[in-house]
Amino acid sequence: MEPTNIRDPEYFHKVVDCQYACPAHTPVPEYIRLIAAERYTEAYMINWESNVFPGILGRTCDRPCEPACRRGRVEEEPVAICRLKRVAADHKGDVRSLMPQGPFPPNGKKIALIGGGPASLTVARDLAPLGYEIHLYDEWHKGGGMMRTQIPAFRLPEEVLDEEVGYIIDLGIHTHFNQYVASMREILEKGYDAVFVGTGAPKGRDLQLPGREEGAKNIHIGIEFLANVAFEHTDKIGRKVIVLGGGNTAMDCCRTSRRLGGDDVKVIVRSPFKDMKASPWEIEDAQEEGIPILNNMPPKEFVVENGRLKGVLFEHVKAEYDENGRRRLVSTGEPDTFVEADDVIIAIGQDNAFPWIERDLGIEFGKWDLPALDKVTFQSTLPKVFFGGDAAFGPENIITAAAHGHQAAISIDRYCQGGDVHDRPAPMTNLIHQKMGIHEWMYDSYVVTDQRYKVPHESKVLTLTNRKVEVELGFDRGVGFQEAQRCLNCDVQTVFTDSKCIECDACVDICPTSCITFTENGEEEDLRARLNAPASNTSQDLYVSEPLPTKRVMVKDEDVCLHCGLCAERCPTAAWDMQKYLYNVTKACKIL
Amino acid sequence: MTYIKPKFRHPGLPKNTLGYSRADYEGAISTLCAGCGHDSISGSIVQACYEMSIEPHRLAKVSGIGCSSKTPTYFLENSHGFNSVHGRMPSVTTGANMANRDLIYLGVSGDGDSASIGMGQFCHVIRRNINMTYIVMNNGCYGLTKGQDSATTDFGSVSKGGSKGLYQSIDLIGLALELGATFVARSFSGDKTQLIPLIKAAMSHPGFALLDVLSPCVTFNNNVGSTKSYDYVRDHIEATSVLDFVPEEEEITVSYPEGGSASVTLHDGSQLLLHKLSPHWDPTDRHSAVNRLQQAKKQGEILTGLLYIDPQSQDLHDIMGTYSKPLNSLQEEDLCPGSATLEKINASFR
Ligand SMILES: Cc1cc2nc3c(=O)[nH]c(=O)nc-3n(C[C@H](O)[C@H](O)[C@H](O)COP(=O)(O)OP(=O)(O)OC[C@H]3O[C@@H](n4cnc5c(N)ncnc54)[C@H](O)[C@@H]3O)c2cc1C
Ligand SMILES: Cc1ncc(C[n+]2csc(CCOP(=O)(O)OP(=O)(O)O)c2C)c(N)n1
Ligand code: SF4
Ligand code: SF4
Ligand code: SF4
Ligand SMILES: [Mg+2]
Repeated sequence: MEPTNIRDPEYFHKVVDCQYACPAHTPVPEYIRLIAAERYTEAYMINWESNVFPGILGRTCDRPCEPACRRGRVEEEPVAICRLKRVAADHKGDVRSLMPQGPFPPNGKKIALIGGGPASLTVARDLAPLGYEIHLYDEWHKGGGMMRTQIPAFRLPEEVLDEEVGYIIDLGIHTHFNQYVASMREILEKGYDAVFVGTGAPKGRDLQLPGREEGAKNIHIGIEFLANVAFEHTDKIGRKVIVLGGGNTAMDCCRTSRRLGGDDVKVIVRSPFKDMKASPWEIEDAQEEGIPILNNMPPKEFVVENGRLKGVLFEHVKAEYDENGRRRLVSTGEPDTFVEADDVIIAIGQDNAFPWIERDLGIEFGKWDLPALDKVTFQSTLPKVFFGGDAAFGPENIITAAAHGHQAAISIDRYCQGGDVHDRPAPMTNLIHQKMGIHEWMYDSYVVTDQRYKVPHESKVLTLTNRKVEVELGFDRGVGFQEAQRCLNCDVQTVFTDSKCIECDACVDICPTSCITFTENGEEEDLRARLNAPASNTSQDLYVSEPLPTKRVMVKDEDVCLHCGLCAERCPTAAWDMQKYLYNVTKACKIL
Repeated sequence: MTYIKPKFRHPGLPKNTLGYSRADYEGAISTLCAGCGHDSISGSIVQACYEMSIEPHRLAKVSGIGCSSKTPTYFLENSHGFNSVHGRMPSVTTGANMANRDLIYLGVSGDGDSASIGMGQFCHVIRRNINMTYIVMNNGCYGLTKGQDSATTDFGSVSKGGSKGLYQSIDLIGLALELGATFVARSFSGDKTQLIPLIKAAMSHPGFALLDVLSPCVTFNNNVGSTKSYDYVRDHIEATSVLDFVPEEEEITVSYPEGGSASVTLHDGSQLLLHKLSPHWDPTDRHSAVNRLQQAKKQGEILTGLLYIDPQSQDLHDIMGTYSKPLNSLQEEDLCPGSATLEKINASFR
């Protein structure tokens, strides 16, 4: 293999599995260490800079970082990264004074943001300090988008949402709430220098089956139902409720129903349980609230008698897989099952919808009525119009919306300043020695064996009777510290200087997880087969040195390195050094 | 301050026939200087014992005094161990071996421990052909006491302080050949591919097996001008052969070109396959081994590999015709065979 180019900013970034997996590339280990040091305010600000909504995300993030976390490869479970974020938010001190302080001298440019969800709010946060005059339009009376209309209060208290949306609105954003934008043409005619579309994927899918129209009064679309609950247009539901669908929306619908009088709530999915789209923890929480999940039962008919919904008729199927692994649901031949219900909630997905964007403006649309966009710049075919969040490529999640927002903000700034939108800023990176003395590092290199801590829950007596009582209580400071200590500090990199190596093997002998091998060079596949421990996880890189005096090379499999620093500790010549790698996505405006 | 080896190991570590992974043969974290050659030898011992599927409770580690003699703490933590007195490892091992012939004995010593204070013990344990592996971690100095010259410091070798070795050095390999050792090998801590099979072969040899392992002292004897530094050893090393150790139950998979190879079958059925790099030398002929060694010395080479092996080796128990079982397993009836037997013995003296 070619020697590894550690100057490539992505090489060490990739080693920080959590940060690399995070769409906004939040410097996770950096803030986890700050939490362990009880420096919650700074931990919060690192998050705020990257993901804009630490308190919200610390409760609701889809956490792509956790399945990626290295800890999950050396023991049972990853670090509870998401819940640690909440620890920072819960225990922080004054953060407002650390944020950019307006009023900002105007730069003469005006921008419209359509939709008040996390994508638009992120654009607003990144551009306001640069002096842009920002106009935010949303059809509801407050900002937050689906974080407000969809995510139930028992998962995300309104105060937390208001606080973090407030930090942005207070940067001097001109809000146009309670205004549904019905025409893009009109917006364009207002002379904005650029327009950002962050209107989400607002259309809930319906299920056209026999009885749908007759039973309409008691058949609800999931996201409409949740919005109605959030805005207190709906405050009760029947005793028996069926929720159709297996995603996170279905989980929120069934748990909300439990709190509005549904005491016999069932989730029924058409395919096998293991194929459910909902996050495992959301499924677990629903089940803990006494909600059964029935699988392999596609609905066939809404049964309506005398104009009243009686229930739903289901078929029984099983999954069969062809040689390409493609799934097919085939009938088991069992007789259909009728399940009684007073109300049915359809939560089978969302679609994008842009009925308000006229098709003759030069904004092209492609497959599934999604806008044709540049994947890096988020620019549409009409140069002054940009998209982001769920509106860009279909429904995702909050952290993706924030990541889009950052990139769109850069594009908008470039565009408005007459620059090239394709000219993207390099990430900020820094490598810092961690050595302090013999056996002393600037980070806590000791690897604890604690298992993942569970977040305590509020009593069900309270949570199931009041939909606004938050279920999760969050870690207290003590447990927050213990969980933080589980982090392996993957950003403290093992940096190898071949010219210093005397090939004494000390690092090979000490490494607890057999990461290091000195051997003859070869092609990657061949090398992987020859290392001291199997290197079968090809998503993790091999770090290969220049040839050493014995003609061999040093090969380190990054896969299960514990970042314990022992290789550097045992190296007599400091050919190995532990260096903290800071990687930060450059934003349109410097925040911290 | 954190200098603690984490508990986690590579989740995909392979297992040996006993179901143990390499990690099960490790010991406490080393307190030797970073980069000390001795640590690599410890690592090789761990690997060799893992690969040979040795049951840890069947092995005893015995050592003397020195950095080298400290290493048994850093490997095989589930085995027996005795850290004895300076230079006395051979007699302690002899006693242990006489009492319990069932254990595998691994003696660990240094050049100071063996070639100075323990010289007499070293010679006699060879004469007696005690069934043991005797590893000398040879750094050409007294590491533990801050690097004084030892009896293996070569004439003219420059110390860290700049002085040159004044005396002729003792070559433990030459001495062992002279004294009739039945297994004699030399290796280098920085060459595990050579060292590991040698350790395995030594442990399988029924009798005394000497492994003189050059093991640089990074702190006191790794300077320019030293003949025991990493650089010097790497520049002057000359291997007699490439060795493969093939346990009895395994099939032989390596093949070497005709003529240059030799195979030696050990008493337990395992085989040593030698790919000879050095012509005119026969590893089962003591005379040719001595000649080859002398020749290397003249050319300034450090000769490594298996130099001599006597496949007919008879250990002390064979020589003395001792009882076949360890003493601690003897029952009252074995120890007190009754008056009839006593009569017989007495009669034999009449
Ligand atoms: C039930 C449910 C639960 C979810 N739970 C989570 C979760 O736990 N974690 C997570 O990360 N993600 C979750 N999501 C997804 C997440 O809410 C979205 O991915 C995210 O909010 C998308 O952000 P956005 O900025 O693109 O748009 P949105 O948040 O959708 O905001 C768009 C806003 O624009 C408004 N709007 C639309 N069209 C117009 C118009 N023409 N004029 C004016 N206003 C308009 C909308 O009403 C809305 O307020 C959930 C989604 C649902 C449906
Ligand atoms: C009876 C006795 N004499 C002297 C010493 C001091 N002493 C301790 S270690 C050592 C030499 C060790 O040298 P070596 O065996 O080569 O081990 P190394 O530290 O080099 O590995 C000496 C002389 C002692 N401990 N006991
Ligand atoms: S152990 Fe810590 S740094 Fe490593 S991936 Fe997990 S959270 Fe990130
Ligand atoms: S930091 Fe070094 S010693 Fe520790 S696990 Fe990683 S490679 Fe091994
Ligand atoms: S003094 Fe020399 S022999 Fe002793 S531990 Fe240090 S490097 Fe090794
Ligand atoms: Mg010594």
